[in-house]
Amino acid sequence: MTPFTTLTAPVAVLDRANIDTDQIIPARFLRKPRSAGYGQFLFADLGLTLPRDAAILVAGENFGCGSSREGAVYALIDAGISCVIAPSFGDIFAGNAAQNGLLTVALALAGLADGTVLTIDLPAEVVRLPDGTARSFTIDAFRKQRLLAGRDDIDLTLSHAAAIAAFVRQDRTARPWAGVTG
Amino acid sequence: MSAPRTLLDKLWDSHAILTRDDGASLLWIDRHFVHEGSFHAFGMLDHAHRPVHRPDLTVGVADHYVPSHARTRPIADPEVAGMVAQLQANTVRHGIRLFGLDDARQGIVHVAGPEQGLTLPGLTIVCGDSHTSTHGAFGALGFGIGASEVAHVLATQTLWQRRPRNLRVVLNGALGVHVAAKDLILAIIARLGAGGAVGHVIEYAGTAIRALEMEARMTVCNMSIEAGARAGMVAPDDTTFQWLAGRPFAPADFDAAIAAWRTLPSDAEARFDREVTLDAAAIAPTVTWGTSPETAVPVTASVPDPAAEPDAARRARIGEQLDYMGLTPGTKLDGLTVDRVFIGSCTNARLPDLRAAAAVLRGRRAAVPGLVVPGSVPVKRAAEAEGLDRIFRDAGLIWGEPGCSMCVGTNGDTVPRGERCAATSNRNFQGRQGPGARTHLMSPAMAAAAAVRGAITDVRRLMP
Ligand code: SF4
Repeated sequence: MTPFTTLTAPVAVLDRANIDTDQIIPARFLRKPRSAGYGQFLFADLGLTLPRDAAILVAGENFGCGSSREGAVYALIDAGISCVIAPSFGDIFAGNAAQNGLLTVALALAGLADGTVLTIDLPAEVVRLPDGTARSFTIDAFRKQRLLAGRDDIDLTLSHAAAIAAFVRQDRTARPWAGVTG
Repeated sequence: MSAPRTLLDKLWDSHAILTRDDGASLLWIDRHFVHEGSFHAFGMLDHAHRPVHRPDLTVGVADHYVPSHARTRPIADPEVAGMVAQLQANTVRHGIRLFGLDDARQGIVHVAGPEQGLTLPGLTIVCGDSHTSTHGAFGALGFGIGASEVAHVLATQTLWQRRPRNLRVVLNGALGVHVAAKDLILAIIARLGAGGAVGHVIEYAGTAIRALEMEARMTVCNMSIEAGARAGMVAPDDTTFQWLAGRPFAPADFDAAIAAWRTLPSDAEARFDREVTLDAAAIAPTVTWGTSPETAVPVTASVPDPAAEPDAARRARIGEQLDYMGLTPGTKLDGLTVDRVFIGSCTNARLPDLRAAAAVLRGRRAAVPGLVVPGSVPVKRAAEAEGLDRIFRDAGLIWGEPGCSMCVGTNGDTVPRGERCAATSNRNFQGRQGPGARTHLMSPAMAAAAAVRGAITDVRRLMP
């Protein structure tokens, strides 16, 4: 995955609340391999096509609510979106986004038109608007680090192998009923 | 003395391997369910040449793509068949137990897991499916994850998470006659809003929750995600323990397990970040009119009028939903014609759900076509032993094979464009049951009543 630092790009505006993952990508496309290119499935049943050069999506509250399908993130990324700005996000969607290098910025930005050019500065946690003003946002520190580094968590986790093994040893005594028997 | 803790706090503390300064905890995962859709994650694992760390704690279940019609013939659509075959291949290759297409334990993962006793109090349970919140009915911490996280759990049996906030939803009083767990959770979602519980885990408490049987608690926890919650939980009690006793995967030393589980409920003085209280007696049979579960209203209500909404954004949102749903403001919901019914899904396809629907359909004919899909093979067998299948068939409905079916339509069971479907599933999103499909969510008894009349109907009138 590509590291995310700063991005200056035009926005696409989808000013609706509760855009769920079924709207982002209908379930019937989820059986496709990622190599098929998920961008073609983005908003398939909404009859929406994004402005070609848009790399930032500005959406309404609770964006990405609903199912856990990571295909929703693949569809956005494959359609060229690197950042979604919305007042709030579905939890699982936001987690999936961070895993794939898609930045979610929790911010209410009203009144933007398609094509407005924004600059997203992740290290400084600000969004710069064309009129020279800036809006700051906050992001989970762990997610931020992962986005800046562009790496997945598995290697990080495996570096804690000793702590995991120690946990498992004590847990066997503490919760002997927790394994799968039968 | 340690500070009073909630059920969630106790689950969290007993599973946090370590917590970083930035607040991210590495959690141990006790159970990991995979299904056909997990193929992306297996692909990531294979790509990086990583083994599955704990195949013994991983269980595969075929549900999203399995046919609900006769299983004797091969699956016609090669892409759908490939999804089922791929799960088989991935689980076999990694030594993972599978409840596959021909297994007597097969079913929707959130029905089959609890039924087999794989879901237990005090466990962390994850699955690449948002309705993993269902498992919280047992006092487990169950939540849905995406494909990258599925790959992470497969590789490490752990997950990085930030501790969610505690929200207690208290249901006092008792539910009325023909008012079900589905009505209760729809009323809660309407109250909280579709994003109202984002960042929280809901603990359901109060007399009305205590009175629910396990299947009903699962219905409630299942839809926690529709209010945006990460998970829903009910503290375990004797109802839980009795339900689990004798299940195939229940712990060998069951008494010792019970003793441990009795320490799980939230301490009396435990502090919740938020608390919401509802009166169970005030809840009526409930249906949704729009394309979000938060549009749940009593069946006695009418379709809302956007003109009456002062907030411009909300007015527009109501208008869009009415457009999609083909509804006119002011229309009474009771009496609104439907084209078909679907009784099934991980929300409402367990034995008591099928009994409730059959009680309404007994000796009656359905006025519209419909599909009844039991949640698992054991549910199907038990229903047939009671003759419920005959009641559905005699009413003119199709009795299907266990799986997700028309809840999401990935196996090909979809609602045709523009048709209105009375459904017992959990999502009425645009296109959820098929492009252009119009879904009204309701309880099994209400869906059965809708089948009988060919229109949304207050079941209390049909069943005095
Ligand atoms: S029944 Fe529906 S909601 Fe439940 S797991 Fe299957 S597709 Fe998801």
